[in-house]
Amino acid sequence: MMEKIICVCKHENPVGTKICANCGRPLTEEEQNSKVLDMKYDGSAIRSKTYNKSIVDKIWNFFSSVKVGVSLIIITLVAASIGTIFPQEFYVSAGTELERELYYEKTYGSLGKLYYSLGLADIYSSWWFQVLVGMLGISIIVASLDRGLPLYKSLKNQRVKRHESFMKRQRVIAEGAITEGDSARTLDLIEDKMKNLKYKVRREGNALLAERGRFARSGPYINHVGLIIFLLGVMFRLLPGFYVDEAMWIREGETRAVPGMDGYFLENEKFILETYDNDPTESQKQQGVNVVAKNYQTNVKLYKQSEDAVAGQSDNLELVQDYSIRVNHPLQQEGYSFYQMDFRLNELKEMRFSLTNKETGESLGPVNIDLTNPQKEYVIDDQTKVALLGYYPDFSGFENGEPQTKTPTPNNPAFIFKMITPEKPDGEVSFVAIQQTIEPNGDNAYKMAFQGVETRNMSGLTVHKDRTIPILAIGGFIFLLGVAIGSYWSHRRVWVQQLDDGTIMLAAHTNKNWFTIKKDIDAVTEYAHLPKYVDQLDVEEQNEKEGDNTL
Amino acid sequence: MEKKKKRTILRSVILVVLVAAIVYTVYSSATKDKVEVLKEGAEAPNFELVDLNGETHRLSDYEGQGVFLNFWGTWCEPCKKEMPAMDRQYATYKDQGVHVLAVNIAQSDFEVQNFVDTYGLSFPVVIDKTKSVMTAYNINPLPTTMLISPEGKVEKIITGEMTEKQIASFMESIKPE
Repeated sequence: MMEKIICVCKHENPVGTKICANCGRPLTEEEQNSKVLDMKYDGSAIRSKTYNKSIVDKIWNFFSSVKVGVSLIIITLVAASIGTIFPQEFYVSAGTELERELYYEKTYGSLGKLYYSLGLADIYSSWWFQVLVGMLGISIIVASLDRGLPLYKSLKNQRVKRHESFMKRQRVIAEGAITEGDSARTLDLIEDKMKNLKYKVRREGNALLAERGRFARSGPYINHVGLIIFLLGVMFRLLPGFYVDEAMWIREGETRAVPGMDGYFLENEKFILETYDNDPTESQKQQGVNVVAKNYQTNVKLYKQSEDAVAGQSDNLELVQDYSIRVNHPLQQEGYSFYQMDFRLNELKEMRFSLTNKETGESLGPVNIDLTNPQKEYVIDDQTKVALLGYYPDFSGFENGEPQTKTPTPNNPAFIFKMITPEKPDGEVSFVAIQQTIEPNGDNAYKMAFQGVETRNMSGLTVHKDRTIPILAIGGFIFLLGVAIGSYWSHRRVWVQQLDDGTIMLAAHTNKNWFTIKKDIDAVTEYAHLPKYVDQLDVEEQNEKEGDNTL
Repeated sequence: MEKKKKRTILRSVILVVLVAAIVYTVYSSATKDKVEVLKEGAEAPNFELVDLNGETHRLSDYEGQGVFLNFWGTWCEPCKKEMPAMDRQYATYKDQGVHVLAVNIAQSDFEVQNFVDTYGLSFPVVIDKTKSVMTAYNINPLPTTMLISPEGKVEKIITGEMTEKQIASFMESIKPE
């Protein structure tokens, strides 16, 4: 393989160059035989096409290929759309793997089961999907470097004067004598008019190059940069400190450490659910909806530990914010947001009993048990008290005579009381659960008569922090900027040479929107009395293939 | 030739950086959802909790001694089973510089005291009222036991029930020299 292609003009071009960077002579046989030059990348060598020797070059060239890039895009798109056939497991409220599998099978049949077992229910976290997106990223970077840099160089170093063979192989050309006036002034007139049309004009002897909108060529590269920044932003979510998305359940009256936010505590003062008190409308009745929610609100206090405090130290908390979290009105602090997500109403908080004589029905006094903090003893007077021997918040039955609790939540509270009364100073033991009383030592004289309950609500909040949003926004903005530059601006060039006999040779090229450049040339032609131009591509074909060559 | 070499090096560097980025992404998203964000070998987060007798226990006070840190709840079946075994082994190892600290997850004093009395536990039991220590140690299933070395490092994280034999060997492993 040759290292360089040396043009007739003695300029050394890299291997793979199609059009000499200096004079513009076509260098390949293909170009020499064509009527109109392929002006993609201005005929500069696509780097990957030039060397293909070491393993590194081979990998590089793989990613540089547009075919590979397009294939990666298509595969990624297909995979991403497969992930939308059934809901992702993230949206399925089933705790364990087994429950999730059952859910897919039950809801979507055997297809759902297959979907889950193939891992498609969590496709976006799968390693192969991430590798796919990563390879797409590599492809974007490598392909852009390979094409963008040579294009930039060749546009930066363009010469004013191009060889005849270059000029004649442009799509729009004009040749001939000027139609009227002094030919000595023609180039000046052209310069005037082109400058007027906001072209940048350079002259070199009898040659002139007018150029406008070169930055339009950078559009695709700018939008690739945007895409890469966007992908980086998504990747940053995995770095510690950039992204937090935690759920917390907190009951009224509780203070809890905030997950994902070190040193902060949240207290739930009250959860409020408000509904519209309208009579059900016709459509409400049809849908079987009795009430319509108006407001979900959690009144909270956010506290911060002192600087030198360690985990577990919840004394000396400093109040940071007092706020009412409502839907769409999160509590915000240092980049963290607390969103109202869920609620549970009426969890038992206090149970009220009265120590009652079974026979007479006479009450010796009330015993109110705060389920969050039960006491060992409830004293009514000197001779009358109730000792609490056991408390089982979620009673689930007996095991070896011992009452069991299956969770720490008071869903089904049960107690063992020892009632000491003047009548029975040694005490009577009673096991009390909801709608169940057991008196192990035979018939008691007294009972703990159920009086009532007090309940409290629980709020489900989401703690969210996303430091990657500015990165994503910047990436998205740059991407759109690139798209706009590439779509709405065109790179237009007009080369003119005046031969010794005063005749004019003109060639024009644009990467898109030939209509506009022709309008510009029309204006110049009229102003400087130039010969009429021709479009070397067929008129019919030209109407169909208007402006698709973005690169 | 010089130029070619430079090109190969540059291309290799770019490719290696990009591939490293992908590998990192795949690796960290694969390990992200696991319970143990706190990794074995990491520094054990310091904490301070109060036990049933009103005494304050601070992890850093136990530096130079092994700490057998057990997270539990009264409703948790395996916790009930391993507690008496822990108590027996504690009796053997407490004179050899191994401490047992049982952290209850936000239950009431009454329930915890009742449990301790029932099983006659002799090691200190603290209550994590705000779930702050639980959050710091990222505890999910109960019971979870953290073996903390005399240097204050997390030696091992054990989730689920332990046999008495295992408990003994775990305590042995964090005995100070």
